[in-house]
Amino acid sequence: MWGILRQKVGGATCLSPQGVGSHMLRLRPVTSALRNYSSAAKEMTVRDALNSALDEEMAADPNVFVMGEEVGEYQGAYKITKGLLDKYGPERVVDTPITEAGFAGIGVGSAYHGLRPVIEFMTFNFSMQAIDHIINSAAKSNYMSAGQINVPIVFRGPNGPAAGVGAQHSQCYAAWYGSVPGLKVLVPYSSEDARGLLKAAIRDPDPVVFLENELLYGESFPVSAEALDSSFCLPIGKAKIEREGKDITITAFSKMVGYALKAAEILKKEGISAEVINLRSIRPLDRATINVSVRKTNRLLTVEEGFPQHGVGAEICASVVEDSFGYLDAPVERIAGADVPTPYAANLERMAFPQIEDIVRAAKRACYRSGTMVATA
Amino acid sequence: MSFSGAKIIQPLCIRYPDTPVISDQAANRITTSSPFLGSTRTLRRIQSVSAAQRRSASAIVAVADVVKEKKLKSNKNHLLTKEEGLEVYEDMILGRVFEDMCAQMYYRGKMFGFVHLYNGQEAVSSGFIKLLKKEDSVVSTYRDHVHALSKGVPARAVMSELFGKTTGCCRGQGGSMHMFSAEHNVLGGFAFIGEGIPVATGAAFTSKYKREVLKEADCDHVTLAFFGDGTANNGQFFECLNMAALWKLPIVFVVENNLWAIGMSHLRATSDPEIWKKGPAFGMPGVHVDGMDVLKVREVAKKAIGRARRGEGPTLVECETYRFRGHSLADPDELRDPAEKARYAARDPITALKKYLIESKLASEAELKAIEKKIDEVVEDAVEFANESPVPSRSQLLENVFADPKGFGIGPDGRYRCEDPKFTQGTAQV
Repeated sequence: MWGILRQKVGGATCLSPQGVGSHMLRLRPVTSALRNYSSAAKEMTVRDALNSALDEEMAADPNVFVMGEEVGEYQGAYKITKGLLDKYGPERVVDTPITEAGFAGIGVGSAYHGLRPVIEFMTFNFSMQAIDHIINSAAKSNYMSAGQINVPIVFRGPNGPAAGVGAQHSQCYAAWYGSVPGLKVLVPYSSEDARGLLKAAIRDPDPVVFLENELLYGESFPVSAEALDSSFCLPIGKAKIEREGKDITITAFSKMVGYALKAAEILKKEGISAEVINLRSIRPLDRATINVSVRKTNRLLTVEEGFPQHGVGAEICASVVEDSFGYLDAPVERIAGADVPTPYAANLERMAFPQIEDIVRAAKRACYRSGTMVATA
Repeated sequence: MSFSGAKIIQPLCIRYPDTPVISDQAANRITTSSPFLGSTRTLRRIQSVSAAQRRSASAIVAVADVVKEKKLKSNKNHLLTKEEGLEVYEDMILGRVFEDMCAQMYYRGKMFGFVHLYNGQEAVSSGFIKLLKKEDSVVSTYRDHVHALSKGVPARAVMSELFGKTTGCCRGQGGSMHMFSAEHNVLGGFAFIGEGIPVATGAAFTSKYKREVLKEADCDHVTLAFFGDGTANNGQFFECLNMAALWKLPIVFVVENNLWAIGMSHLRATSDPEIWKKGPAFGMPGVHVDGMDVLKVREVAKKAIGRARRGEGPTLVECETYRFRGHSLADPDELRDPAEKARYAARDPITALKKYLIESKLASEAELKAIEKKIDEVVEDAVEFANESPVPSRSQLLENVFADPKGFGIGPDGRYRCEDPKFTQGTAQV
């Protein structure tokens, strides 16, 4: 997989709101970087990034606690909370019975009184059993109480498809939660994203839905020294330009960022320079960054794994049409998962989600308007 | 003390006045008429008491005996002092007059949407909430006006909220079903059945967390969760009974069993209608009480709240009560038998308390009349205040969505939208 070496130009520890386009990145393949740069950045898996973020936030603030199924003695269903039980004890790393509605509501109730719960859903598919609490008692409470009661809660867990887990374990919830006012929805990609955004989420006074990806947990990314600092956090609501380009803008989040970057490499060989935006935040959506990019490249391709209708890509397309219609040289291309419940068979599952070649094909279509439409893309 | 308590707590059985103690076999023989018709059947209060628990029950029998109005008791064995009696009476009158005024205002168009009134159930609210401290929390359902009033939210604030004015307790943004007050620890006001129960359990969890993790040694705050008979069939209820008992949380689950969930009779909806029995199934005491008698409710409440405060865990209290009005002001209330309504109207909790106070010479007729007059004035003043209050301004639409309004994201000029001073003046398009 592509490792990306990032060098920040004039960056601060916590990125403050600056003008859009301030993320200047140079990208080199990691293999050459390791040979040429002796102060090579440390590598960290997303799993370790999340674990270290949780650890540091729990150490810094005794009000932070983790609650969920298997987070304690099992060390986390995906080992994200490994070691936390031994360090902080069972009062702060709470193993629950299988009661999503119950413990999500308990988290909200404790947040009402000023604790900072991190509620883990084993996958976000199970959050559907608790969705009443995420939306009705977490997201809406600050508004209904007119600011008297805010809910500093984080709901986190893996989202979207894994590998061969079937229809009920594979749905992406970014679009559902992204439509709810009062929620913040974050979608990290790399380890740095995971660390910075989780810390920001835990410190945030509002409910945050933190959508991770199971297949990214084991992937390693280089992390800079400042990302390893315990006060590191990323701003909520700012997208990141992972790769600069001038011919087409590709927006993606979570695992699809990796696919988009690979597609961008392939497209480069064919003479198309793609700009890849890692959304990082579904709500609030960084419309400013997307629009500035589209005004530069004049073409847009949105990539997501969720179902196509009413999806994240639909929202991005609408926002670009509203803000930058005159700048578009081609209709917006939208790649999403297939409009079917996820099949189990490996070949069918592969067809049900965007692959790198789908991204490449759609990008070419946006650039030349040639090629056929396929069911998946 | 760790949270993973594996020990099973023997349910404490509290003896009830007027009820014979029946053996386990007899307890199963509950006679009913038709299983479908609710209204003509009275609920029987039956508990099974094992021999081992008779000892622990004996301490409570003494109090229960006091409730049986034996004439040979002297005056100093009254259930409550004069001050307490007047406080409870005033609270119940406030609840009744306020709700009646709500009905009037609704039919005059000042109030709108869904309004659910509490008439007839005042004994439960006053009986429980008047025993709480300010730091204790109350979580309720959509039938929450009187819970908020009992907890101390001013009548003006509640009335304004119902009128949708900006001076309401939630600035007009919550409404009838969403009463919140951080100052008085009223944590809502939830429209979804059962939604408040996990939230209440979370508030109780916080109390325990503060004591054990944050080392605030004197944190003994109790949470009360109020909900109805229909909710006792909902999944979240059982999830929370389990976790509250498992972790011994300081919470009291108060079921306001008014026998009807809109038009669905409790007996048509529930396989075993005796809700208090669900407590021992999860390892906590289950108690049934006559919810039309505020003194009995108060006695049970004292024990349950005391249990929670001492860290002994949750209690499930089923209050048999009745709502004199329909489910909401939009409910024509055609399914309930008028004879049933008349029967419960005869047991009006306010009349009963008044009778008790006068007969036991705790208060005079004149004092009670003075309270009623005072409350009338309070409620009228609340209406006037609400009438004269302004409606929310346009800029209020976008306020309070987030505690940190950077959640509205970045505007086209690259800065956070909330930093633009005109942000809330514009349209709702974000």
